[in-house]
Amino acid sequence: MNIKIAGGRVIDPSQSLDKICDLYISNGVIAALGDAPAGFVPDSTLDATGQVVCPGLVDLCAHLREPGATHKGSIAQESQAAAAGGITTLVAMPTTSPIVDTPAVAQLIQDKARAAGKTRVLPMGALTQGLAGEQLSPMHALASSGCIAFTNSRRPIRSSLVLMRCLEYAATHDLLVVFQAQDAELAGGCMHDDTTSTRLGLAGIPEAAETVEVARCLMLIEQTDARAHFGQISCERSARMIMEARERGLKVSADIAVHHLLLSDSNVNGFDSNFHVIPPLRSQLDRAGLRQALLADGIQAICSDHQPHDPIAKQAPFAATEPGIAGLETLLSLSLMLVEQDVLELPQLIAKLTWEPAQVLGIQAGTLAPGAPADICVFDPAAHWTPSAATTRSGGANSPFMGMELRGQVTHTLLGGTTVFQR
Amino acid sequence: MFEHNDPNRIQLNSNGQLRHFLTTEGLSRELLTEILDTADSFVDMGAKQIKKMPLLRGRTVVNLFFEASTRTLSTFELAAKRLSADVLNLNISTSSTSKGETLKDTLMTLEAMHSDMFVVRHADSGAAHFIASQVTPHVAVINAGDGRHAHPTQAMLDMLTIRRHKGSFEPLKFAIVGDILHSRVARSQIHALRTLGACEIRVIAPKTLLPRHIEAMGVKVFTDMRQGLKDVDVIMMLRLQKERMTSALLPSESEFYKLYGMTTEKLAYARPDAVVMHPGPINRGVEIESAIADGPRSLILDQVTNGIAVRMAVMSMAMSGQMVEKQLQQSASAAH
Repeated sequence: MNIKIAGGRVIDPSQSLDKICDLYISNGVIAALGDAPAGFVPDSTLDATGQVVCPGLVDLCAHLREPGATHKGSIAQESQAAAAGGITTLVAMPTTSPIVDTPAVAQLIQDKARAAGKTRVLPMGALTQGLAGEQLSPMHALASSGCIAFTNSRRPIRSSLVLMRCLEYAATHDLLVVFQAQDAELAGGCMHDDTTSTRLGLAGIPEAAETVEVARCLMLIEQTDARAHFGQISCERSARMIMEARERGLKVSADIAVHHLLLSDSNVNGFDSNFHVIPPLRSQLDRAGLRQALLADGIQAICSDHQPHDPIAKQAPFAATEPGIAGLETLLSLSLMLVEQDVLELPQLIAKLTWEPAQVLGIQAGTLAPGAPADICVFDPAAHWTPSAATTRSGGANSPFMGMELRGQVTHTLLGGTTVFQR
Repeated sequence: MFEHNDPNRIQLNSNGQLRHFLTTEGLSRELLTEILDTADSFVDMGAKQIKKMPLLRGRTVVNLFFEASTRTLSTFELAAKRLSADVLNLNISTSSTSKGETLKDTLMTLEAMHSDMFVVRHADSGAAHFIASQVTPHVAVINAGDGRHAHPTQAMLDMLTIRRHKGSFEPLKFAIVGDILHSRVARSQIHALRTLGACEIRVIAPKTLLPRHIEAMGVKVFTDMRQGLKDVDVIMMLRLQKERMTSALLPSESEFYKLYGMTTEKLAYARPDAVVMHPGPINRGVEIESAIADGPRSLILDQVTNGIAVRMAVMSMAMSGQMVEKQLQQSASAAH
């Protein structure tokens, strides 16, 4: 099967490429860019004139809700949502029920994802058994069963000794450890601790809830020489600490959820539970600092931190609602606002959504280099659309961006050369 | 992005009249004054032999209390009865309810009984806003305390008590003392006092009981009673929950009393004609000395009396605001 994607603006940061050219796919693999390979006869041609052709997006954090919470979302539904959002690889969190601390659960998730066939799902394994923060999980067995990295999610590992052992063991097998840094006691509130929380009387989560844990993790990463990544940081101070650690030579990286680059704690004014997220939306100063860090390469990736919910989960007083935003379908469009607001150039943004997150994971993805799997996102940068509960493919319509006109819309998503989404 | 209108607009009908009473924040000075004037007229009525008036006759008021309360619940009940409403009291312990779902379900069940007004107390900040956003049109919601957010009828009864004693707000300096962090009363008092033109508002507490950047609400922050009470006209004490001692916020009740308890000695720091208020129930020997609570400068019992009048005022005003809104909508749809 030969496919030609003709006339699009091809942006591939892995090759520092940004030009209008044709792209050739043969048997599910990128065959060539620009000139057709010898003897190439396309079976089909996709006219991408006026559109951007880039690698399929790599999303470092998504909650698929299966197994265990299929009233909120399922692997099949969320995979469809991912495909509609141009995401061809996503990392699924281990906080399912049962938790991903046995190879069987990791296998189950991958089997279901393969059956859905819309996006590549890479499960993350639990760092400790049952995420209880006490015993090491069977990391080697989990990695052999397809777990791409290991995290304790936001569940605490109170003992620094246990945390150090986790890092040492992961380093033994060169496995990536992902931290969603949060001090459990300091993070007891439901929004950023500042003037808005004070006025609304909502219990605050101070910056220290994140920075204290980032600092502890960094010291132990340094001690153990482990490979680690900080997911969804929310404070400028965390970004600076991680950047300094990188400069010292630590093998660390970081990502941020797109909503933390666009919103701030003042949006909670009015108790709208769609703005209830963990880590909480921080101050406008944090948002500005995090945008700077993105530009200064202190943050490698932008993710969706997709957390679909059933409607009832958000229908309660603010603190009693479940945190999280469903974001697979809007990841690209929301990220494009950063280009519109002159934070990043388009190729820089694409890098944060494709090549750089793939590098964090150490996988062959997020690239259009010849020989790579033809995971491709084609989007119309000028198209306007409005996400709505009626049209979302995800199990959750919980997003403050529902009903808001966005710019930039995915038109085609290819997974290994197969069209998995087409508008 | 998300330049929402003022979320507190939900309290007003299209004519700008009260239709819910959720917070003192964002309400105009005229409206707060109207509440005080209306309440004033009810205070005098309470002293008469026949205390009932028919403003809510035929209406059903549901007191929906998810937190234990004696004083607030009984004054709301009495207020509704004096307005001739039918009253249903529901005490629902939050510990037995699962998150959110039950609140919405409870609400839907009660709505099916054709209630006209909900008086709500709930442990979560924003609960009254949530309920107001969910109820059928023309059902009024009165906030009887939501988490740490607001307790607007308490604040307004305090304002009424102050006005009846001091005449006006402008020349006065106020000090709110104690557990500001957890206090919905303090937040509602601060908004009301600012709108009514108070000369100066202070909060006095140890740093563990001060919310972050409370100064952004327009108050001066003190951690020392001698400095904080200097030249103050009105001292508003807050209630201190026992569990603050066990959650590492305070070392002991006795240390708190020594530093922040209202004693004769500390009262002398304030102006000679300063008065002392407390929303009750009081912890004698923890927040306040008995000699002061029962003394001539205490307004604590006046607050209770005025509480009934203020609750009658906001209930009748909100019900009338809902009726006006209903008529406006009916005439608007008739015009179409």
